[in-house]
Amino acid sequence: MGGESLDIVLQLVLNGLAVGCIYGLVALGFVLIYKATELVNFAQGDLMMLGAFTCYMLVVWYGLGYWVAFAGAVAVVGLFGAALDAGVLRRVLGQPQFAVVMLTIGLAAVFRSFASIVWGTEIYTLPTPFSAHTTRIAGVSVSHEYVSIIVGTVILCAVLYAFFTYTKVGVAMQAVSQNQLAAYYMGIPVKLMCSLIWAISAGVAAIAGVLLAPVSLVDINLGFIGLKAFAAAVLGGFGSIPGALVGGLTIGLIELFSGAYLPAGFKDVAAYLVLLIVLAVRPQGIFGAVGRKKV
Amino acid sequence: MRFLFKTSYAQDLTLFTDGVQRNWYAALLGALFLLPWLVPAYLVDISLVLIYGLCGLSLMALAGYTGLVSLGHAAFLGIGAYAHVYFTQDLGLPWIVSVVLAVALTSATGVLVGLPALRMTGVYLTIATLAFALIIQEVFTRWDHVTHGLKGRPVDKPVIFGLSFASDTAFYFLCLAFLIAGLWITRNLLRSPTGRAWIAIRDSEIAAQSMGVNLAAYKTMAFSYSAAVMGLAGALFAHKIGFLAPDIFSVLLSIQFLLMVVVGGLGSLHGALFGAVFVAFLPVVISQARDSVPAWVGSVTALLGHDVSSAVFRAADRFVKQPGLEPGIFGLILVLFILFEPLGIYGRWVKLKVYFSTFPLYKQATFKRQRAYMRSERLR
Repeated sequence: MGGESLDIVLQLVLNGLAVGCIYGLVALGFVLIYKATELVNFAQGDLMMLGAFTCYMLVVWYGLGYWVAFAGAVAVVGLFGAALDAGVLRRVLGQPQFAVVMLTIGLAAVFRSFASIVWGTEIYTLPTPFSAHTTRIAGVSVSHEYVSIIVGTVILCAVLYAFFTYTKVGVAMQAVSQNQLAAYYMGIPVKLMCSLIWAISAGVAAIAGVLLAPVSLVDINLGFIGLKAFAAAVLGGFGSIPGALVGGLTIGLIELFSGAYLPAGFKDVAAYLVLLIVLAVRPQGIFGAVGRKKV
Repeated sequence: MRFLFKTSYAQDLTLFTDGVQRNWYAALLGALFLLPWLVPAYLVDISLVLIYGLCGLSLMALAGYTGLVSLGHAAFLGIGAYAHVYFTQDLGLPWIVSVVLAVALTSATGVLVGLPALRMTGVYLTIATLAFALIIQEVFTRWDHVTHGLKGRPVDKPVIFGLSFASDTAFYFLCLAFLIAGLWITRNLLRSPTGRAWIAIRDSEIAAQSMGVNLAAYKTMAFSYSAAVMGLAGALFAHKIGFLAPDIFSVLLSIQFLLMVVVGGLGSLHGALFGAVFVAFLPVVISQARDSVPAWVGSVTALLGHDVSSAVFRAADRFVKQPGLEPGIFGLILVLFILFEPLGIYGRWVKLKVYFSTFPLYKQATFKRQRAYMRSERLR
């Protein structure tokens, strides 16, 4: 009996980590954009949805290989993110935050509508090389889809970390996110950097979407995961990249465990309950630092 | 162009600036009284406009005047609606008592949400209210005893002091009375020290605080007032739709309310009403366009020959029958308004008025948006 419940716990931990990775990746997108431009992008979840759909379209409609389609989807959505910044969001820089929030909510609605017109409202399954493979390790059935999510997230984080630390562009982006005006004086093309950050952030969302697709199926409501990723981003402190990932993993674990051990209904709202409690008790999040605003 | 010289304090206290304005509003009121006989076919939609007007007032007081943006107002509407229905139909309370209790309950919930919200600023608050709304929606789904869960529960027609308000006309006047009362109270509240404190908080929290405004008290007040108006709107909304189900009070409805205040024009009560008209009538317009646009496009392209015309007709017909089109149109309108007319319909109206009252001297630069280079709202 004891061994059995340990197995269940391990299973939950594995699945929770995988789901948490997705939340973490979407939250990472929020945080990147927020740090660079102080815009809170409510359309992040829907960018993820677009990524999943693009990959599905490339695989099923055009018959491309999974990896080619994966790269294609990330490139397409990344470019789209950059275009979005250059064409739409740059106009509201410096406007009150409220305007930006409303703008991205509007954009999210447009994306969802676009997806339903182009791809329809059916629910699709994305065939992947990992589908329906499981390995049993020490009594825990390890589904390859979940492993792919975790491995993908780890690789992506390593790449992003290296990019932001060791490349010139990455350091320039950090400078932009610390102080745009100072960065501009140093000769950094701030606008281009912002667009690039949008591209990266949209690309990360697309990766999350493609990784999630085999687990949660592709439909136009995939974007609502973005709401839970908010909880992750807030939990980690909105401006902290490691915070976003830790927040995502925490939310994922809490969700799976509350689904298993609490009455029905708690699974869906656990993330939001945690969010409210965190905001009430420690509004700056686990990793955030909050000071007084200058008038 | 009219100039107004104030010669007494009484002029500051009057509801209308001058007789002309008062007469215009009187005329509007008269028109509203005649409306049931002028456009009987649209009366049901117009009642919805009035209820949405109350919702707009509620969110305008909070978002437009206090600067606290809530993405959870559909939850307050739902609490008001379910509480009212529970009180009248399960507990058998009289209508007026039930409405008062529902308003009080919603207002108390508003305080509960507002209290942790005091420590948050800007977008954190928006996210917190969003989380609150999602939790409340789950509560609506699970609390079978009161809400009847996903089955939904039907709502009786309102009966007040033995008078039935079952007919569309009677219900219209009921909504109108509540909207006018709500407008009157809100307008007076906004002119009072409370309202001025709210506006000060919106413009700069720190400046307001250093002028002696008690942030905690006034923000809580704004939340509870806004929730109370929403609760009242909820009670009427329950009767209007006649059937309550949890998925009515979704995030999308909250977004529609925000759309209302943004499209109407933030920071004006007129804006709340313009927005209400807009949001309530857009679906009607869209559904009429669904029927007429394909035929119209088809007849325009008829010049190119029958085959082209019928192909275009079919394509247009398929396009407008898409179920996901409506939220997309809402979103697109929202985006366009924020990019090109951030002051909303009311802003456009003011510009028109200024254009005509200063006729040959109007300058576009009067309303030019200032470019602000990255006005930081970050907390560090």
